[in-house]
Amino acid sequence: MKPRGSPGLWLILAGVLTVSLFPVVSDNAAMREVLFSVLLAITLASSLNIILGYTGYISFGHVVFFGLGGYVGLYLISAYGASLWVALPAAGAAGALLAFLLGKAILRLRGSFFALATIGVNEAMRALFNNLPRFGGSTGIALNFSVYEAYGGATRALWLAYGLMIALTLAILLISYRTKTSKFGLGLMAIREDEDAAEVLGVVTPTAKTWAYVLSAIMPAMAGVLYYFKNSSIEPNDAFQLSFSIELLVMVMLGGSGTVLGPVLGAAGYQLLRNSLLISPFFKNSQLVVSGVVLLLIILFIPVGAVGWLRRRFPRLRKTLI
Amino acid sequence: MQYVVDGLLIGCVYGLAAMGMTLIWGVMDVINMAHGVLIALGSFGMYLLFTNLGINPYLGVVLAGAGGLLLGIGIYRVAIRRVLDTSHLSTLLATFAVNMILVGLGTAAFSTNPRAVDVNLGSLTIGSVTVQTTRLVAALASILIAGALYLFLNRTSPGKFIRAITNNRNAAEIVGIHSQRMLALSFGLGCMLATLAGGLIATFFPFSILSGDTYQVKSFIIVVLGGLGNPLGALVGGLILGLLEGIVPAFLPISWVPVIEFVLFILILIVKPTGLFGGKE
Amino acid sequence: MKSKSVAPILLALITSLLLNACAAPDTAQPTAEVDGVRVTIGFTVSKTGSLNVESTRQTNGLNLWMKQVNDAGGIKLKDGTVVSFDAKYYDDQSSKGSVQQLYTRLATKDNATFLISPYSSGLTDAAAVIAEQYGKIMITTGAASDSTYKRGFTLVYQAYTPASRYLTGAVDLLKDTDPSAKKIAILHENDKFSTDVCNAVRDYAVDQGYEVVFFEGYDTGTTDFAPFINKMESTAPDAILGGGHFQDGSTFAKQLYEKQLPVKLVALLVAPPESTFAEIGDAAIGIIGPSQWETQESYSAETAQKVNLPFYGPSSAEFTSSYKATYGEDPSYHAAGGYAAGLILQNAIETAGSLDPGRVKAALDAMNILTFFGRFQFSVSPEDHGLQIGHSMVYIQWQEDSSAALGKQSVWPAEVAAAEIVYPLR
Repeated sequence: MKPRGSPGLWLILAGVLTVSLFPVVSDNAAMREVLFSVLLAITLASSLNIILGYTGYISFGHVVFFGLGGYVGLYLISAYGASLWVALPAAGAAGALLAFLLGKAILRLRGSFFALATIGVNEAMRALFNNLPRFGGSTGIALNFSVYEAYGGATRALWLAYGLMIALTLAILLISYRTKTSKFGLGLMAIREDEDAAEVLGVVTPTAKTWAYVLSAIMPAMAGVLYYFKNSSIEPNDAFQLSFSIELLVMVMLGGSGTVLGPVLGAAGYQLLRNSLLISPFFKNSQLVVSGVVLLLIILFIPVGAVGWLRRRFPRLRKTLI
Repeated sequence: MQYVVDGLLIGCVYGLAAMGMTLIWGVMDVINMAHGVLIALGSFGMYLLFTNLGINPYLGVVLAGAGGLLLGIGIYRVAIRRVLDTSHLSTLLATFAVNMILVGLGTAAFSTNPRAVDVNLGSLTIGSVTVQTTRLVAALASILIAGALYLFLNRTSPGKFIRAITNNRNAAEIVGIHSQRMLALSFGLGCMLATLAGGLIATFFPFSILSGDTYQVKSFIIVVLGGLGNPLGALVGGLILGLLEGIVPAFLPISWVPVIEFVLFILILIVKPTGLFGGKE
Repeated sequence: MKSKSVAPILLALITSLLLNACAAPDTAQPTAEVDGVRVTIGFTVSKTGSLNVESTRQTNGLNLWMKQVNDAGGIKLKDGTVVSFDAKYYDDQSSKGSVQQLYTRLATKDNATFLISPYSSGLTDAAAVIAEQYGKIMITTGAASDSTYKRGFTLVYQAYTPASRYLTGAVDLLKDTDPSAKKIAILHENDKFSTDVCNAVRDYAVDQGYEVVFFEGYDTGTTDFAPFINKMESTAPDAILGGGHFQDGSTFAKQLYEKQLPVKLVALLVAPPESTFAEIGDAAIGIIGPSQWETQESYSAETAQKVNLPFYGPSSAEFTSSYKATYGEDPSYHAAGGYAAGLILQNAIETAGSLDPGRVKAALDAMNILTFFGRFQFSVSPEDHGLQIGHSMVYIQWQEDSSAALGKQSVWPAEVAAAEIVYPLR
């Protein structure tokens, strides 16, 4: 009989929800903005974890789904006056479609080749959008401020976007958990450990990998719509920023890849670290160096990340630290 | 015709830059994500030697290369050695972390103000084609260095040892080759090639600590085109890329060139991952 | 190092960094102690990243204004309160994402009453949204793109001449100097600002009867212009217009010279008015560039009287000397723009006699003044509210004087020209 959901899952969900509600309760816009960026990071990192942590495929260009989602969403909003309720699922579908098509093409590549291919895809998308006049070319799409009227004004629109972001985050955490505890997830992890052996044992690897990739693309695309809706403009160089992809990788590794809690801790920790470095007069010049040193130390000495380390150190908590 | 010549000349330098990456990848299956910043550091090395000590730019390039070799060996010892055979992700992220550290230090030291070295050697006109002498010299230097690398790998003992560990590290160790030393040397050589390319680029383009990124991405494309671990293939790959960049603008707006480059990149990966000239799988 | 000992070290490092989050943001130099209200002006500076040179100059200008206002005792409101200013700023790293996060912080947590834009149209576009979303008045400077003002904002006001009128003077200049010239080639950086400027120039040139034989964009950060120059050469243009920012503009000019492309007039954005443009040596000779302001401009109370406008603030000479005394170098137009933004705000608050956003906005809407920087008046029509309609560009050209030293001379429009234009180039 399948368990209803481990205590660890409920703890994570409750924790995320409680913290996210702080700014709502205290009507604090500054805190809301910080938490929005944290929730965004958690959503993206958890999505990446599905293809990276569970399946073992290194997606270096995961930001491509985020950017594509943002573009599709803003295009629908600006050209067709679509509402968020239309733009969000449309973007999700677009992300899933891209992942499906890409998956067919590049998932047969192994290791570094796959990683490089994802970089190539991201850069190709960026160069492509730079050239398409329909999507604004190099200057991108900018929304007219009146777009916010439909949601009761800018302030309410911002809160709405935040609420939706909370919903997306909770959704991806649930998806991540269900994937991990399902037979599908078991197949993915088998692929991660030894793809050939998995095939021999009956896992239909191409299908499984493709579905993992598709699953990992939907949330980033929808998150992209929310983020760019808030910013009210999008351009190719920002939407497909490779360095953002790399930051997602760092978050997953930092927290512990292949776990549900890992991306949460990693994303939250990294974003908070980054924010504090950004505004600190002492550290801001050395933000990159400090992040690099932290990353290097993690890779060299604690590659299993925070959650992995905690699980080793406190074996009794393993049931909760999923 | 002008297009072709310009493209080929710049292609030689691209090829030189890519050779460093393909060497490291071939020998130890590590993608050096710090490749770009090493190119930029090569440019800065040459610039500093020229501006502060008045050293001839081309001599400066050589010295920058030597610095790159030592820095590369250092990076290997500190960051790569421990994670060498663990997983692709670990080595990728390790070199990326090195990249972040170097870019951060470089920005703190040099800021992101673009610098330029004024090397004026005039230009040569042959028929309907005018070329900047600096670019010509850089292209020739790249070919020379490629040749030297080939000789090193095939005619000298350390070179042969490197090829041995590339081929089969365990077997090489059994016959007494000190693999860690050779690995460090290979990494150092890869970095040296990057800094040499950077120094040469600085003789005719402006640069900043961030300008290496474009060359890193081009290096990815070239390495895949030319075949993993195949230095000569990298040079040819560079020429192809340079040719593309030179000729396509005659038919399309230039902003389509990157799209074509990346689509080509993905196609090669899917269709013939061993590259056009074959290499390690 | 064993795994076990690294973790606590990492933990300590991360904790100390997080504690640093309590650190206060940057503030400007200590300001004069005045009785009354301290108003916070929020903005970001590109201390790192590609825009850092120009952004620092703009901030210097703004800080100089703030210091002078505070030293003079602040602004007196109608009800007698004296207002002095505090600056709160962060490093936006020349990145759009950072800009939005930081301006949100400035508008909410740091309680900035007024906002000044970052440098560059791209970053300003991102910041303007935040200003409007949180109901804060923002004066933009260092940002010329028109498109920002077509997005339905009501609280954003532009100090610079907009992109649509940025380079059009070069076409006028060409027409006036050589009526026989017919073909124009335009090459622009693919960023918001340069694209907007060059789209406007192309439309204007076609309007004026020219043939635009080449029109392409290059990626930000391009260093190799050979493919573009080769392509341009085959179209045999009389004039080349365009460019982007300082780095690419200088490189382009240099490579044009190296290739000895036969062209009669070259006018580039942003780069030529910089004094460091001369570093490319002979390649700079004859290159023309539009500037928002030059030290040679002599707007003063007298000129204001002639056009029946009130004159506000210091004269060009006064500004130049106080800037030089504070920062040790001559001010560029970015610095002047930064100072002018402060001046606009000051004038609006004084006219309104209050800090109430509604009153200040009304004062801005009605503003029509002459300053050392030029005339300021804002459009109030809903399609482009806040667009600068009073200010125009002055064109400079690098010329060799009798002792073969390079210097910039203003050559257009005729009212402010200090020298004859050198034509043709080659």
